[in-house]
Amino acid sequence: MNPLKTFTTAAILLLTASGVAQAGATLDAIKKNGFIKCGVSDGLPGFSFADEKGNYNGIDVDVCRAVAAALFGDPAKVKFTPLTAKERLTALQSGEIDVLSRNTTWTSSRDSAQGMNFTGVTYYDGQGFLVNKKLGVKSAKQLDGATVCVQAGTTTELNLSDYFRANKMKLTPITYDKSDESAKSLEAGRCDVLTSDQSQLYAQRIKLAKPGEYIVLPEVISKEPLGPVVRHGDDDWFDIVKWTLFVMVNAEELGVNSKNVEEMKKSTNPDVKRLLGVEGDKGKDFGLATDWMAVVIKQVGNYGEIFERNVGQGSPLKIQRGLNALWNQGGLQYAPPVR
Amino acid sequence: MAEHAPAPVKPPFWNDPQIRAILFQAIALVVTVAFGLYVFDNTQANLRRLGIASGFGFLSSPSGFDIIQSLIPYSPTSSYGRVFWVALLNTLLVSALGIVLATALGFVIGIARLSKNWLISRLALAYIETFRNIPLLLQIFFWYFAVLRVMPAPGQSLDLGKIVFPKLGLEEIAFLNIRGLYLPAPEFQTGFGWVLAAFGIAVALTVLLARWARRRQKATGQQFPLFSVSLALLLGLPLLTFWLAGSPLAWQVPKLQGFNFQGGLVVIPEMASLLLALTLYTATFIAEIVRAGIQAVSHGQTEASLSLGLSSSLTLRLIILPQALRVIIPPLTNQYLNLTKNSSLAAAIGYPDLVSAFAGTVLNQTGQAIECIAITMAVYLTISLLISLMMNWYNRRVALVER
Repeated sequence: MNPLKTFTTAAILLLTASGVAQAGATLDAIKKNGFIKCGVSDGLPGFSFADEKGNYNGIDVDVCRAVAAALFGDPAKVKFTPLTAKERLTALQSGEIDVLSRNTTWTSSRDSAQGMNFTGVTYYDGQGFLVNKKLGVKSAKQLDGATVCVQAGTTTELNLSDYFRANKMKLTPITYDKSDESAKSLEAGRCDVLTSDQSQLYAQRIKLAKPGEYIVLPEVISKEPLGPVVRHGDDDWFDIVKWTLFVMVNAEELGVNSKNVEEMKKSTNPDVKRLLGVEGDKGKDFGLATDWMAVVIKQVGNYGEIFERNVGQGSPLKIQRGLNALWNQGGLQYAPPVR
Repeated sequence: MAEHAPAPVKPPFWNDPQIRAILFQAIALVVTVAFGLYVFDNTQANLRRLGIASGFGFLSSPSGFDIIQSLIPYSPTSSYGRVFWVALLNTLLVSALGIVLATALGFVIGIARLSKNWLISRLALAYIETFRNIPLLLQIFFWYFAVLRVMPAPGQSLDLGKIVFPKLGLEEIAFLNIRGLYLPAPEFQTGFGWVLAAFGIAVALTVLLARWARRRQKATGQQFPLFSVSLALLLGLPLLTFWLAGSPLAWQVPKLQGFNFQGGLVVIPEMASLLLALTLYTATFIAEIVRAGIQAVSHGQTEASLSLGLSSSLTLRLIILPQALRVIIPPLTNQYLNLTKNSSLAAAIGYPDLVSAFAGTVLNQTGQAIECIAITMAVYLTISLLISLMMNWYNRRVALVER
């Protein structure tokens, strides 16, 4: 039960706040445990979704696997905890998980008042609306008086109110804890519209009984940079998570992928040599193996590979790269250099 | 030869049982307080170290989100403190309605369970055993996701006036669809105050009448038809005033506009399912309590009453129930507390109660888990203690007075 879980995490936060003491403690504890505790979504195809055998798949999942590969040389050393939107931030604050990789929007208050550090952006998203074709709605501006299903405790909930208020429209929101409940309610007609980040709308739609009957409206009403989060207080851990993502983006830019990584070690390009640990030790300062970047690429892949296999052309979602293309290909994905 | 009893030696103070008792109590108190302070201080220090805001300042910042059901004016520009009141009132609303309905249903079923009619008593038993043994959360899901989901879309709403009271001219005023039950809302106009005043006077008169009737019956044994007279008074006086004041009441009828019905009163399905489940579930326990209470009254009482010539309904009302209530009230209090606390399962179906809207959404938007959970726990504790106090007071009134 969710209220129970929130209660428990709050109680843990209250009583064992000492459990997450001193700087560096998160990384020390992870090394001692031998695995990473990673918070993911409770079921969102393409981002984190458990198959029938209980194996998790998705972009958010792969980010955690990549961090495990960086730290332990083994992408399997992750323990996934499925969390609802409502539970996720408390779970991170309380130390129940080490990293939250659950399509979470980077905002100022989460960075400041809530004691978190966003390590980067895995997916540039924006909020949209999913409606039944039968309604005949062509634009979000026609939604005056509509009943809207939305997930509780998200930035989506706030953007929705803002948008309706700015356009002087009447709103009846129904807030559910789980995205599945929203989808079921949209199908049953309890709400006219389902709102969420656009990537989630596509993912939700393929879970519906008749996906063809629903369309995503053209309006994108917000900026939703989604990325992994760690809590304040352990900069070394923050650096590792942050750079794992940068390594994957850099690898795509340099044309290194999981298939050609061994071959590319012979490359004459100094950027590639540094990335793959052939020239200079880029592991020591992180406290990691010399070739950790090569291990991440080999075992999990570069950013482009992860994107395509989970949400892109290699997946049922077939989402275009769009904003998530590399900076030199018209998108926003840009990583600082390995140097 | 008198023996000299040895002068009583005063034991050292650490052997004095009284002082010891006080000492141990004091030590326990100091340890508890010290532990509390340690936890508080530790939490503060860790929150600061983790860079998490603390304190209750967030209660005055604007919330920025909408809430589907609010008994007081609310908008996204209202504060988090306002969200707290909206959520609290939603919890109290569903709990109060649940307590009233569950009590009424529970008493009826409990008495039916003891009926001499085989069919009635077996039906009551079947109902009790079914609803008592299915987890409450499942029942909530059942009503919400299975039963209320088969209602038609707003465009094909059921016109209740037409279906339930055909040919009375009540068409197009009340509707039922998947978005809820839409009823006409009363709009009070000037002059309605007189009707309220008339009702107040009628209540006062009824109370005086009841006192007078009781005194007369004690003195002379003559009965007064109190029920019918007071009913006439309570209904007649306000109705007469209503007519004299020129019917100062209009109805705002819900109308289908765009996506939904606008205007009127709406009972949302989230609240309806929660209320149904809470009522049906708790009523089974109340029914068993009522049955046990009635069976606790010795059968001799019934026989004595019947041999005095009282009818069986009078026997139930005047002889059995007053005695049974003494057994019924304490466990009934527990059920009221349970119902109130169980209402927090609302979070599972999106009814904006205290746990869902405040300990859920507000907690998440502000990230201040400790404050939000502490407030919520304090509120449930307060509500529970208040219910206990009221029920204890009532229990003292019906308790056996020994003479």
